[in-house]
Amino acid sequence: MKTAFRALVRKDVQLFLVDRRALLMSFAIPIAIGSFFGYVFGGQSNRQDASRIPVLLVDQDRSVISTEIGKELATERTLEVKPSDLEDARAAVRKGSVMAAVVIPPHFGEAAGAAFFGPNLKPEITVMYDPSHGAERAMVQGILTGKVMQSVSKEMFGGETGRRMVKDSLEQIGRSRVLSPEDKKTLTDLLRSVQRLNEEAVASLNPPPGSLTGGLSVPFIQREVAVTSRDNIQYNGYAHAFAGMVVQFLLFLGIDFGINLLQQRQRGLWKRFRAAPLSPAVLLGSRVVSAAIISFFVIVVNFLFARLIFGVRVEGSMAGFLGVSAAFALMTASFGLLVATLGKTPEATRGLAIFATLLAVMLGGAWIPMFLFPQWLQKVTLVMPTRWAVDGLEAMTWRGLGRSAALGPMAVLLAFALVFNLIAVTRFRWEGEG
Amino acid sequence: MLEANSLKKSYGNIMAVDGVSLRAAAGETVGLLGPNGAGKTTTVSIIAGLVRPDYGSVKIGNRALAGDTDPIKRRIGLVPQDLALFDELTARDNLLLFAALYDLAGIAANRAIGEALELVGLSDRSRDRVRTYSGGMKRRLNLAVALLHDPQILLLDEPTVGVDPQSRNAIFDNLETLKQHGKTLLYTTHYMEEAERLCDRVVIIDHGRVIADDGLQGLYRMLPASNLLGIELESGVDGLALDQVRALPGVTSAEFEGGTLRVGVRDLAAETPRLLQWLVDRGHPYRHVVSERADLETVFLTLTGRSLRDA
Repeated sequence: MKTAFRALVRKDVQLFLVDRRALLMSFAIPIAIGSFFGYVFGGQSNRQDASRIPVLLVDQDRSVISTEIGKELATERTLEVKPSDLEDARAAVRKGSVMAAVVIPPHFGEAAGAAFFGPNLKPEITVMYDPSHGAERAMVQGILTGKVMQSVSKEMFGGETGRRMVKDSLEQIGRSRVLSPEDKKTLTDLLRSVQRLNEEAVASLNPPPGSLTGGLSVPFIQREVAVTSRDNIQYNGYAHAFAGMVVQFLLFLGIDFGINLLQQRQRGLWKRFRAAPLSPAVLLGSRVVSAAIISFFVIVVNFLFARLIFGVRVEGSMAGFLGVSAAFALMTASFGLLVATLGKTPEATRGLAIFATLLAVMLGGAWIPMFLFPQWLQKVTLVMPTRWAVDGLEAMTWRGLGRSAALGPMAVLLAFALVFNLIAVTRFRWEGEG
Repeated sequence: MLEANSLKKSYGNIMAVDGVSLRAAAGETVGLLGPNGAGKTTTVSIIAGLVRPDYGSVKIGNRALAGDTDPIKRRIGLVPQDLALFDELTARDNLLLFAALYDLAGIAANRAIGEALELVGLSDRSRDRVRTYSGGMKRRLNLAVALLHDPQILLLDEPTVGVDPQSRNAIFDNLETLKQHGKTLLYTTHYMEEAERLCDRVVIIDHGRVIADDGLQGLYRMLPASNLLGIELESGVDGLALDQVRALPGVTSAEFEGGTLRVGVRDLAAETPRLLQWLVDRGHPYRHVVSERADLETVFLTLTGRSLRDA
């Protein structure tokens, strides 16, 4: 019995190793696509160009304030700002070559200054954006708000425009018949204080730190901390991409296991196996074991490549990584058996199985990160084994979580494997011709 | 040695095997003859333990075959109709795998593989992948696989399908050698000449039922005539009364087939000159005469009223 079991497993491994198509589907293609997606998803996070958002700035005002806004935007490390005119900017956004364009209209500086101290009409800044990049639009708007506030207030408290505005405002208050004497006094005092600040700024070319003449700025400094396993460990987009692609192509391999079973039945090989004094458990069990060994080997080789070329490390528990890999390998093997059980002919089965796999892979977050899914969909996808596989592999690689974080995915994947095997054992049709 | 009793198997509404019984003694070669769809393969599958019968039993050496893991299955070697081989592996790797299914490994496996390859004449190609083999070589390897565990009974399900005459002869030679070694062969075919060459006894099966089970001579005795004459007449068959021909002594049948008169006679040597002279005397000189021995095809035709190929 043991001799037969070992021989059946060895045969499947031999067949896999001489099957060029299977090798291509298991190694070359997932590595190629994983590398591409890894690069797209940010690659190794120290890459400088990975997340800069291309933005065009159309400055129709060319005032001190609009020029200052342009300078401030250019200092932002998440943006790649280039000057443009209105038509070119609109065309670029429409084509998708930039994600957004900021249009500062004529007389913006003047109007913004007036609106800064009084109830005057606020000028508009137009942000033209590519609708397929909603998240980037929100980011550009947030940065722009801070920069405009800073530039306008700086000019108002220390610049020529500010001095002129204060002087004009004092004259307007003095002439006003609407304001009460008390209100006039309060506003006059406020503007005289601003006037004094402006005069000090003119007198001193280097305003002291914290003085208002530097303009109003966001009252905090943001410190960004990527929360990963340990200090100095950064997110690696290749870890997600390789996890996703390994999951996808391993399931394709699982389909091939199932199709091969159907083909072997069609070719009469199962007659020969069944003519021997072997139990169905040995025959099916050997298939599951061999497919699981091959699948595990495929996972390890793919991640070894990712480790050597893209620096994807198992930052968490190595035992957890191997555990998740083994559980997913077993689930893949069981999935193959399920395909063979439910399928009738190889031809009819392949298309349906590929469709089901692509659906599972897509909903499992193997293509695009799960956080981009709506919340309700994120909850629904918990029923997909692919989701647990991707999450488990990510948890053990760049997230650097401990062994306990692998237990959930392992348990779910093993449960799926158990269910698939139970269905296969009870419903497998030995007689293809029946 | 092998005994199948009242086997029945249906698939849905189709009764594939309907009460088939047969037996084969040690060293005997029994032919299982019938048209496609007659139930031959299902019968063989039941005997090999691949398919559970709805009714009936199979005994090997007086012991009933029971279950998938019954050790008695070691006494059976199956040569399936399909080329049940892994094309991507070498012949030797195929044989190693199938030997292991019967717990043969190491020296015992190597010896069995060597003997099987020697018998089928493939020793020098054992390291080649099967996909490089010709159809005939694959058929021979298909046979070799079934011999590895030295079974006493060989079930051969149309083992020569699709092979050239040379390979067919090679397989026949192999089977005759096995017969000489005392193996029991159950040979399924729809080729008459194969059954006639190899089999001691023939079981004819049609629509899942046994319609005849006898030795070749016994089957031929079922025929009204054991010889057929095909007579091509110079003037054609017009004006010749078949009833008069049939009434001649020693003549068992007479038919027109195309432009040829086909006459069944009991004794070829005695009746042929008399029949030809009778035709000449009545103004029907002959141009060409051929004689045929009655064969299993004729037996099948006689028993079922249909030709094997049309069935």
